[in-house]
Amino acid sequence: MRDVAVIGVGLSEWGELWKRSLREIFVDAASAAIADAGVDRIDSMYVGCMSGGLFVGQEHLASLLSDYLGVASIPACRVESACASGGVAFRQGYIEVASGMNDVVLVGGVEKMTDVGGDGATYALATAADQEYEVYHGVTFPGLYAMMANEHMSRFGTTREQLAHVAVKNHRHGAMNPKAQYPFEVTVEGVLKSVLVADPLRILDCSPITDGAAAAVLCPLDMAKKLSKKPIVRVVGSGHSTDSIALHDREDLTELAATKRAAEKAYKMAEVGPAEISFAEVHDCFTIAEICVIEALGLVERGKGGTAAESGLTALGGRIPVNTSGGLKSKGHPVGCTGIAQIVELTEQLRGESGKRQVKGAKRGLAQNMGGTGGSTTVHILEVE
Amino acid sequence: MAGIVGYGAYVPRHRIKVEEIAKVWGTDAESYKRGLMLKEKSVPAPDQDTITMSVEAARNAVKRAGIDPVLIEAVYVGSESHPYAVKPSGTVVSEAVGTTRNIHCADFEFACKAGSEAMFICIGLVEGGAVRYGLAIGADTSQGAPGDALEYSAAAGAAAFIFGKEDGVARVLHTHTFMTDTPDFWRREYEYYPRHGGRFTGEQAYFRHITTAASQMMEKAKMKPQDFTYAVFHQPNGKFPMKVGEMLGFKREQMEAGWLSPTLGNTYSGSSPMGLTAILDVAKPGEKILMTSFGSGAGSDGFIFEVTKQIDKVRDVAPKTREQLDNKTYIEYGVYAKFRGKIRKAV
Amino acid sequence: MFPSRYWREIPQRYRLEAAKCTGCGKVSFPPRSKCPKCGGVEFDEARLPEKGVVKTFTIIRVAPSQFVEQAPYAVGIVELEGGVKITAQIVDCPLEDIKIGQKVRIEFRRLQEDGCSGVICYGYKCVPAL
Repeated sequence: MRDVAVIGVGLSEWGELWKRSLREIFVDAASAAIADAGVDRIDSMYVGCMSGGLFVGQEHLASLLSDYLGVASIPACRVESACASGGVAFRQGYIEVASGMNDVVLVGGVEKMTDVGGDGATYALATAADQEYEVYHGVTFPGLYAMMANEHMSRFGTTREQLAHVAVKNHRHGAMNPKAQYPFEVTVEGVLKSVLVADPLRILDCSPITDGAAAAVLCPLDMAKKLSKKPIVRVVGSGHSTDSIALHDREDLTELAATKRAAEKAYKMAEVGPAEISFAEVHDCFTIAEICVIEALGLVERGKGGTAAESGLTALGGRIPVNTSGGLKSKGHPVGCTGIAQIVELTEQLRGESGKRQVKGAKRGLAQNMGGTGGSTTVHILEVE
Repeated sequence: MAGIVGYGAYVPRHRIKVEEIAKVWGTDAESYKRGLMLKEKSVPAPDQDTITMSVEAARNAVKRAGIDPVLIEAVYVGSESHPYAVKPSGTVVSEAVGTTRNIHCADFEFACKAGSEAMFICIGLVEGGAVRYGLAIGADTSQGAPGDALEYSAAAGAAAFIFGKEDGVARVLHTHTFMTDTPDFWRREYEYYPRHGGRFTGEQAYFRHITTAASQMMEKAKMKPQDFTYAVFHQPNGKFPMKVGEMLGFKREQMEAGWLSPTLGNTYSGSSPMGLTAILDVAKPGEKILMTSFGSGAGSDGFIFEVTKQIDKVRDVAPKTREQLDNKTYIEYGVYAKFRGKIRKAV
Repeated sequence: MFPSRYWREIPQRYRLEAAKCTGCGKVSFPPRSKCPKCGGVEFDEARLPEKGVVKTFTIIRVAPSQFVEQAPYAVGIVELEGGVKITAQIVDCPLEDIKIGQKVRIEFRRLQEDGCSGVICYGYKCVPAL
């Protein structure tokens, strides 16, 4: 296996992009990443997208996107693992470069979500759950996470206010991110008064519907050292795990076993533990998700995730800043793109390019991206040379 | 002869009071309460229909019968509110109950006597030896047009009976039927609500058919009203069954156990069959029961049962009918209108 | 929903038919061809018990397309006697009265329908146990 570096990253504009199509935003992000990398070729491409079919009626993205990027002859592949599509695309690209199969691999993620109405989006997102044994009964994604929240609150005494603190913290971070979809601050009171979506989760506990694309260019470490004038960001750990698709099939409803396993693999490969991570981007599709994820990653003790945001532990300046980009909550959550966008944030932080939200002395960042209620998860650890 | 080996009822949880309906249409609630002896009626939730209630009533009947449902070889669902115009209710019920696949299955419709028709035919098939056990169900979620007199009574409920060769909980002593072509109440294809002949539905339809069927049956059986501990008749409202019973020479005490309509409403195909389940819930071995249904169109089916010792063993195995009737939640007219599809959310 | 997709699951939707691994005894619902616990491939037929306890629940206020008319409604994860957990709606109970630990039982209900002309989909829901 060869050492692999991230030599270029790029984001498209994010938000409700009424004038822009899926192909356009992908090309924006990919072109930005290629320019950032300073490469003159792409050998291969992986694109994460959860549901081109349900959101814009478009499958076969490998052909469409390589064509519109002007690299139509290369091997390209669309990767799907619900909201972990981006993370899995990154891992596939990483494996391809590490294996020696190809040198310059573009990994991207894209989702165009606003071409359907609210119930259409709810329907499309719910396809990440078990259609016959969860969705058939009327459950939604906010509903599944709400059930995790109720369980976490009843078992560990996590409070409704503590959930709100996750949103407050991530919006505070997002307000410093010019790319964020909702770059404004929210208050605990504001979260608690926002409209109920699936009790106890309110609209300000939920990540938004976002159009967006992200991309990164991977190459062998040796090549990066020759090519890049920027600090070299190396992939030091990669873990990937799956779990039952149905939440009810899990022994423990709030443990996120796939995240735990993927993290263990990534830590082992990087030869580090949670205490040596400088900052993390995690999958806060709902406030409760960040609480369960930081527990599964070992950043806090099991059952203690609720106090982390409230106490400032996971805020910028805290012991382990989480979601400095604003997270899915404030930055936005174009589902299949999110895993790559997390890599963009990690890379910029490690290069010291994050402006007001820069984590001081950021040496090693972790990105956790999950699909469904945690039925698939990737964990990546990136380090600056 | 055949016997009822298991019986069960199902009453949905929601109720609406007569006052609540009267308030909306500006009518006099007292006249319905006094005149028709109706206080409230059951309302099915939006996720309940003839099929779901039939399944629950049938499961209660299977529990009381204590038999493997795979031994049931005939299923008949009588209703005027089958959820599909084309596609049987009985197939869903049969699969949900877990009967054999080598089953004779059909849906019946004969206004309010579709349930007793199902009973009549099961008894015949069992007595003739064609089937080991037959499941007969009467169930309805009937609708009265908004503001129509029927809106105060049209209710929801189901009753199910498993008939077998053995005596079971009640032996069938006699059956009888009487029918004429009388257009007292009808609903045309593609119409949502039924229409009726107003006062014409009384004397020439309800009273004539029930009194004829019941008196002919008693004559055939050489029995008199005083030979019965219980009598139950079709219950389109609270008043009619008491009046028809008195016309036949029955006393109030004989009819009270099965008289559910004042707080249940008219469950159409489920009506007199549900009354019979309430009687079986309290009857003692050796007691005799007369039941006469009525279906518009019009006809009546009559049955005479004799309760056996088995009743004391199975009564408590499933929820009793009046227990279900007492387990209720009142709703307002707006919620009722939503539940019954009279108003629909914009989507 | 195309009828074959609904029809295929009828044994589970109507009768809670499950599969019990002959090797380790784990009950799978719906039945699987490989036991998720021991990898066994032989199973006995089993029916799930119709009583259970609410492990967790939520009230769905923003519903997917085919459930919009039903909202708000409660959905829970219910642990049935014997330990198998299922996701099901909790009905016939005021939404504010539903609690973790509440005892429920299975009833047969309509789950969804494919418009007013499509197939009606039936199955299990939970109601408070009397």
